[in-house]
Amino acid sequence: MLAAAPRLRAVLMRLAQAVPVVAGVVVISFLLTRALPGDPAVYFAGVAADEASIEQTRVAMGLDKPLPVQFVHYVGDLLQGDLGQSLSSGRPVATDLANRLPASLELTLTALFLAVVIAVPLGVLAATRPGTWVDHLCRVLVTAGVSLPTFFTGILLIYIFYYLAGIAPSPLGRLDFIYLSPDHVTGFYLIDAALMGDWETWRGAAEQLVLPAATLALFTLAPIARMTRAAMLTALSSDFIRTARAAGLSGGTVLYRYAFRNALLPVVTTLGMVFSFALGANVLVEKVFAWPGIGSYAVEALVVSDYAAVQGFVLVMALLFVTLNLLIDLLYTVIDPRIGFDAQ
Amino acid sequence: MLSVRDLSVIFQTRRGVVDAVRGISFDVAKGEILGIVGESGSGKSVTSYALMRILDAGGTIKAGEATYSGIDLRRAAERDMRDIRGREISMIFQNPRAALNPIRKVGHQIEDVLRQHARATRQDARAKAIAAMEAVKIKDAAARYDAYPFELSGGMCQRIVCAIALACDPRLLIADEPTTGLDITTQKAVMDLVRDLIREREMSSILITHDLGLAAQYCDRLIVMKDGLIVEQGDPLQIFSQPRHPYSRKLVDATPRAGASVRDLLPVEIRAPEPKIVETDKPLVEVRDLVKTYAGKSGPVQAVKAISFTVHRGQCVGLVGESGCGKSTTSEMLVRLMDATAGEILFDGDDIAAIPARRFARDPRRADIQMVFQDATDSLNPRHTARQAIAEPLRRLRRMRGAALGIRIEELAGLVGLPLPLLDRFPHQLSGGQKARVGIARAVALDPKFLILDEPTAALDVSIQAVVLNLLVDLRAKLGLSYLFVSHDLHVVRLLCDYVIVMKDGLIVEEGRAHQVMSHPQEPYTKSLLAAAPKPPERATPADQLEIKNAQYTALHDKRAS
Amino acid sequence: MSDLSATDLTRRQGTLDHVIYVLRANPVTLIAFCMFAFLILSALFGPALVPYDPLATNAGNSLQPPSWSHWFGTDQIGRDVFSRVIVATRLDLTISVAAVAISFVVGSILGCIAGYWGGWPDVILNRFLDTIMAFPLFVLAMGIVAALGNSIENIIYATAIINMPFYARLVRAEVNIRRDAGFVRAAKLAGSSDLRVLATQIFPNALPPMMVQVSLNLGWAILNAAGLSFIGLGVSPPTAEWGIMVAEGANFIVSGEWWLAVFPGLWLMFAVFTFNLLGDGLRDIVDPRKRT
Repeated sequence: MLAAAPRLRAVLMRLAQAVPVVAGVVVISFLLTRALPGDPAVYFAGVAADEASIEQTRVAMGLDKPLPVQFVHYVGDLLQGDLGQSLSSGRPVATDLANRLPASLELTLTALFLAVVIAVPLGVLAATRPGTWVDHLCRVLVTAGVSLPTFFTGILLIYIFYYLAGIAPSPLGRLDFIYLSPDHVTGFYLIDAALMGDWETWRGAAEQLVLPAATLALFTLAPIARMTRAAMLTALSSDFIRTARAAGLSGGTVLYRYAFRNALLPVVTTLGMVFSFALGANVLVEKVFAWPGIGSYAVEALVVSDYAAVQGFVLVMALLFVTLNLLIDLLYTVIDPRIGFDAQ
Repeated sequence: MLSVRDLSVIFQTRRGVVDAVRGISFDVAKGEILGIVGESGSGKSVTSYALMRILDAGGTIKAGEATYSGIDLRRAAERDMRDIRGREISMIFQNPRAALNPIRKVGHQIEDVLRQHARATRQDARAKAIAAMEAVKIKDAAARYDAYPFELSGGMCQRIVCAIALACDPRLLIADEPTTGLDITTQKAVMDLVRDLIREREMSSILITHDLGLAAQYCDRLIVMKDGLIVEQGDPLQIFSQPRHPYSRKLVDATPRAGASVRDLLPVEIRAPEPKIVETDKPLVEVRDLVKTYAGKSGPVQAVKAISFTVHRGQCVGLVGESGCGKSTTSEMLVRLMDATAGEILFDGDDIAAIPARRFARDPRRADIQMVFQDATDSLNPRHTARQAIAEPLRRLRRMRGAALGIRIEELAGLVGLPLPLLDRFPHQLSGGQKARVGIARAVALDPKFLILDEPTAALDVSIQAVVLNLLVDLRAKLGLSYLFVSHDLHVVRLLCDYVIVMKDGLIVEEGRAHQVMSHPQEPYTKSLLAAAPKPPERATPADQLEIKNAQYTALHDKRAS
Repeated sequence: MSDLSATDLTRRQGTLDHVIYVLRANPVTLIAFCMFAFLILSALFGPALVPYDPLATNAGNSLQPPSWSHWFGTDQIGRDVFSRVIVATRLDLTISVAAVAISFVVGSILGCIAGYWGGWPDVILNRFLDTIMAFPLFVLAMGIVAALGNSIENIIYATAIINMPFYARLVRAEVNIRRDAGFVRAAKLAGSSDLRVLATQIFPNALPPMMVQVSLNLGWAILNAAGLSFIGLGVSPPTAEWGIMVAEGANFIVSGEWWLAVFPGLWLMFAVFTFNLLGDGLRDIVDPRKRT
């Protein structure tokens, strides 16, 4: 009871802290749309626009008004979920992004899940057995992992598993054309197919997912494993571990209840940075595997100078990341009892 | 009960193999409290870790035997060792807050031990853990059960560590510097508790400490260790009155105690007569109603609540108190690194508190007020040599350059007894005592009038503390300095100071002539501080001491004459 | 002056001994230094030494697998892949070094101000950095380049902006922990002004961890720049650049012409790997706990 009040306050504080960050994100994405060199109206009107349609765009977007007024309009549009029209698809950017977001999330979350499941045990093993082959493997994987350009890893995996070995399906999208996409419930093919009981399609979707998810996981695995190893080493050399050992606690208790739980705190903090990397790398992986997510949407939009689509994508990614960070910090509040108290 | 024979411990380090413990033998009898005393690096803690087989990575027992009630501790299987740890032999550690898992409720940490050794089941674990907390005199144990270590004071954390160690009724308790870092009154409370519990339960104990006075007060028998070897063992009284080994004699000498002068801390061979100090009644620094208020998270915090005192020319004033009493804040304000919230600091009659700390660097009186910092390591820039450190104030405030600067630096090095070749070393290449000398040389480089000494020996081994304290006494006489000596150690204050100010919670509770306050304290707080300080046994009767002294001086003079 | 040179000598010897010790104890770091030297040399002299003009097309000799005359094969319009890979080193290194240099300088200044004086500059800086870090960084770089225009300078600015928070935060933390250190207070007692304390006492002590960050960051900056050109931002064909070459080669991988993408990709990986190894090695060298 005594501990609950300050921690609740800490949670509320954390939620409140997200507000200025979101405001900052909105300001920056507004500035990005208006920072286009030359006349933004020319860009937003598209490559094929003539004098009249540029002028039309200018008025339609309110670009003839002063910047603060434009900002108010921008925020007003955002609040209604309006991110502008996409030139290439002709649909509202918000609709396009909403349609494609599940594909990106399915890929990124699968990859992160794989990365955590592999990296955390690997880091723990490496820390508890320094100098052994597990430790060396961990170090090699970590250094190689951060050095691998994701787009290159993806291409390499395609060459090996699709062209040479022939065991992977062609790297074109979420589902081979021989399958019908499952009914839209969550937008995650694996979940939707499972809900329908259509295991054939599930298998097909899973096969498509393996290579891109592995590519992304390989990249995100490295920082998690590195941090887990370092945090475990720090925790294991702490005074309280010596107390626990001197009290005769068993190896498992010392390792998990004492060392690992403490090591988890910095690892959870690192996850924020890892999400940032993963969302960025996601764009590259989607392009390599022609994955129909918001990343490849943005890349296609870039090619045809569809700026509303690009800026909408940047904003959505930022909001997604802010949300993920918020979740991480709330998770942190749950694990660490010290949150909400003055540091001692 | 415990028998150790020819125990050797080695550590594999990057610079090769280090012999931490080099073949030591000792016994602990049933019901006995054995003290192991030594300075840093003597191998005293390593010995205890070796007995528990919890040495840090790289450490191994190279040779020797350790037998506990017929069990071979060196060769026992890890599984058996786990049963012994906590149930037969337990340990308590220094820095109690770090010794507890920071994110686990203290009650659960006690339960972990109880359940590990099958002393409790899931159902009765909570009740037994609370009982264990009550056994170490924790009030309101049921409420503390759910606390995390960061919510408890240092002394309370040490009680929890004791509860963990004693939960399963071990027969032998090893206490590794259990009170280092705790305030003196807390130290006494914890030590008394530990001793009472040991006696009550008829346990044996090993107390490992650097504090000879503390060990002598609580132990039945002492072992003095140096460089991994036992140099002497025996009865505390005997070691104090007639140390046989030169090292234990040096250690006994260096331990501040009632009745000894600052010169008595030094080995007899290098004791020079005490310099004559001229104390005046002309005020140098007058502090009037000094206040410091911080903006804390939950409202303003008054660290110093309107204190007033005076330091006379040539005087050494001691500022004593436990952590958080405001003594460090006061010294920061006096040395003009921090601005006061209210009040005056009159230096030579002028109010220097009116000049913002930010601008005081360019004030002509900057050179007159200097400071020796608490932690010699922290107070030297790791990227500057000793020479550069000492040169800094001379370059900035005296605009000295070239040859003149070099001469002055070497003069200062001579003054503080720093060998000249060491001047070009970096801090990490110097020992603790050498770093302290560099810090002092830098502080006196500008011939200041007023020197603030902020616990200058707190981080030093006792034998080095003795040397540094004597250096400070000599410098004061030679340079006519006035000191404000900030310390938590009453013995040290008594050795050095003419006048003492006792602070508590930002207020002065008592002040007066040092011998007066020390021998006849008026306030209960001062009395409790004095009562809590460890009391090493008298070395010998004052008359004996006088006789010894005279004999030595005669011998010395004879030698010179011949 | 004699005292200063003696000092320098001791320091140099001590540092050199330590570097030699670390290199001997950890041969991987030595290899990293050699790899780094190789990269620098190919950036400096590569364009003068390569066997073919990286831009010369030869339609009759397209898509040839690696051979003695074309070590890394030829691409779809007959350009020599080896020459292109080596020549690209200069461009890729220039982009990353320039970006890291900008973020180093700007980040250091901002971090010093915020870390030393605290107060409202600190609050503002932190809000600003939080906002930058609230974007997935690669995505922000995409947005910036898209907005500022598709050019090499803008790639550099974008990479510098997304790297800057790391330096600012690192410097801020390093400065902050030393703000009240004993040697800093001692320097103030010696009459040094805040600015002098910051420049001579605090900042030099923050440099070693900064150098580690620089090394690790260089690798990351190369990855970012290559990633941006992979999706068609910044450098445009026919300029030789690793990211573009991988992107162009990607189209041929499904038909088995692996060398187009694999060699530039390997080179890119090699460069990033070098900087990461170097960063880890530097960490060992500057780690005070490993110093004698």
